[in-house]
Amino acid sequence: MAENTPAGSTTDGAIQVGGAPQPIDARVSAPASYDVADFPVPHGREEEWRFTPLERLRGLHDGTAEAKGGLRIDVDAPEGVTVETVDRQDPRLGRAGKPVDRVAAQAYSAFEKASVISVPKDTVLTEPVRIGVHGEGGVAFAHQVIELGAFAEALVVIDHTGDATLAANVEFVVGDGAKLTVVSVQDWDDEAVHVAQHTALVGRDASFKSVIVTFGGDLVRLQPRITYAGPGGEAELYGLYFTDDGQHQEHRLFVDHDAPHCRSNVVYKGALQGQGAHAVWIGDVLIRAAAEGTDTYELNRNLVLTDGARVDSVPNLEIETGEIVGAGHASATGRFDDEQLFYLMARGIPADEARRLVVRGFFAELVQQIGIPDVEERLLTKIEAELEASVG
Amino acid sequence: MATLEIHDLHVSVEADNGPQEILRGVNLTVKQGETHAIMGPNGSGKSTLAYSLAGHPKYTVTGGTVTLDGENVLEMSVDERARAGVFLAMQYPVEVPGVSVSNFLRTSATAIRGEAPKLRLWVKEVKAAMERLSIDPVFAERNVNEGFSGGEKKRHEILQLELLRPKIAVLDETDSGLDVDALRVVSDGVNRVRESGEVGTLLITHYTRILRYIKPDFVHVFAHGRIAESGGAELADKLENEGYEAYVKGGATS
Repeated sequence: MAENTPAGSTTDGAIQVGGAPQPIDARVSAPASYDVADFPVPHGREEEWRFTPLERLRGLHDGTAEAKGGLRIDVDAPEGVTVETVDRQDPRLGRAGKPVDRVAAQAYSAFEKASVISVPKDTVLTEPVRIGVHGEGGVAFAHQVIELGAFAEALVVIDHTGDATLAANVEFVVGDGAKLTVVSVQDWDDEAVHVAQHTALVGRDASFKSVIVTFGGDLVRLQPRITYAGPGGEAELYGLYFTDDGQHQEHRLFVDHDAPHCRSNVVYKGALQGQGAHAVWIGDVLIRAAAEGTDTYELNRNLVLTDGARVDSVPNLEIETGEIVGAGHASATGRFDDEQLFYLMARGIPADEARRLVVRGFFAELVQQIGIPDVEERLLTKIEAELEASVG
Repeated sequence: MATLEIHDLHVSVEADNGPQEILRGVNLTVKQGETHAIMGPNGSGKSTLAYSLAGHPKYTVTGGTVTLDGENVLEMSVDERARAGVFLAMQYPVEVPGVSVSNFLRTSATAIRGEAPKLRLWVKEVKAAMERLSIDPVFAERNVNEGFSGGEKKRHEILQLELLRPKIAVLDETDSGLDVDALRVVSDGVNRVRESGEVGTLLITHYTRILRYIKPDFVHVFAHGRIAESGGAELADKLENEGYEAYVKGGATS
């Protein structure tokens, strides 16, 4: 598909081995910090902001956004799970990692109450924890911590709906040997703005699986970040987005391999349609000198369904040790073009069904990763609805 | 009995310097059970005829008619033509990432037959058809034409021909790029469909080689966008010996 890259799209990734002129963690304009004052107001030319339309952030980036909005958070947790609302001073906050950009630091500096959801050690949940985040309009800052004790196993669904201008941090602290799967669905109304950092600290021999599903909103910018607290950890990061007319959907991943014998696997796939649809995918993987035995792979694929959509896909892999199992990346952006459409139609398949066939096929392997039938079903319905809108 | 009638067909494509006429008045009638070979030099318009019949958007019909059993084919969309019974085996089948062969075949058969084939029978039917064409069963799970060799793509086209059972099959240079073994497998497939007596075949080819395996009832020589000469199978022998020179002379051609 790579030879079929739509005009205006980029896939200019890099692999750097040792002594890189500009290491991944030095490309940001300020070091990570909890304090918004440590970050200059971005002007748009910074590496981490160059793809984001700042004027559509509604002041989340420059301190003018005031938390006057309503945000309803409903947690439905099975027995054995502790759900708490805590003050800013709670010592369990901020352990997974610091905010890495101005908006994340703004969220950290401005939230009033945080949610802490804890699964005690050795507890294996058979039902998912469901967190509904419903925007009732206006600006909100939020903070959530999801913590699994050693050898606990849990599945968490975070479902974003309604209208909001939301800046948030979500922390995942995964205890040694624990297994956490998080599905975050961005099913916002058309006007919503959502900027969030998802920071996971993966314990020794623990597994963390993240499935990010982004459909709605005017602007969604998510930063899943992984660090390993010990050797043997595993992270699987899956993402699926459907970017429509005028939507900006940005997923910026960072996997920091700082412990030996850890694995990471990243697969993000997006479909785009309509004028001004803009998807950005940044996949940064850093294998530090200490991270011997690392095995990592990242993949981003985009399917452009109509003219007028733009994709920027930038995988970066930086390797500071040669003692690894494997490291690789791939990025491809292709069009669903007239020839494919003709071929399917020449076999009797109507145009709208042909498009559906291609998009469903494109997303199928990722949808199966979710593992929760009602969420999978809703997703497929959503994809159908998006496609209906495009051909109708 | 199904009949495809092409009358005074004129077709243009958009070129850098404006529309360029490729077909200049094609007349041809193909009846169910008949096999017509259309032969001609490169650039004579053979493939344009094939794609125009299937309705490719690149080609603009500027005059003439095409009917299938009296129905106006030119008014139909691409998928309607396929459902009406026109099948085009393409010279360069298109890769469709993300869509498996098995899913594609079933969706297509459902569209053409008007109802989903019964799963158990369908699986058997596909398996048998693949076996006859020496297609490895793992192909069913591969994406359509993705990473297929030239020969595999052509066999996949003929597999569709066997499963979709059209009234009129247009085979656009199905023989090109095939070695002798693959040519035999593909020809056997076409002959199985022909033997049913239910399909009219329009076999478009540059070479006479395939006509050793698929015996045409009629041979037409295509030159300068129209049929220059028609005859029986013996016309192919003449072309084999003399080539296209007699038809190329005296006219501008690429």
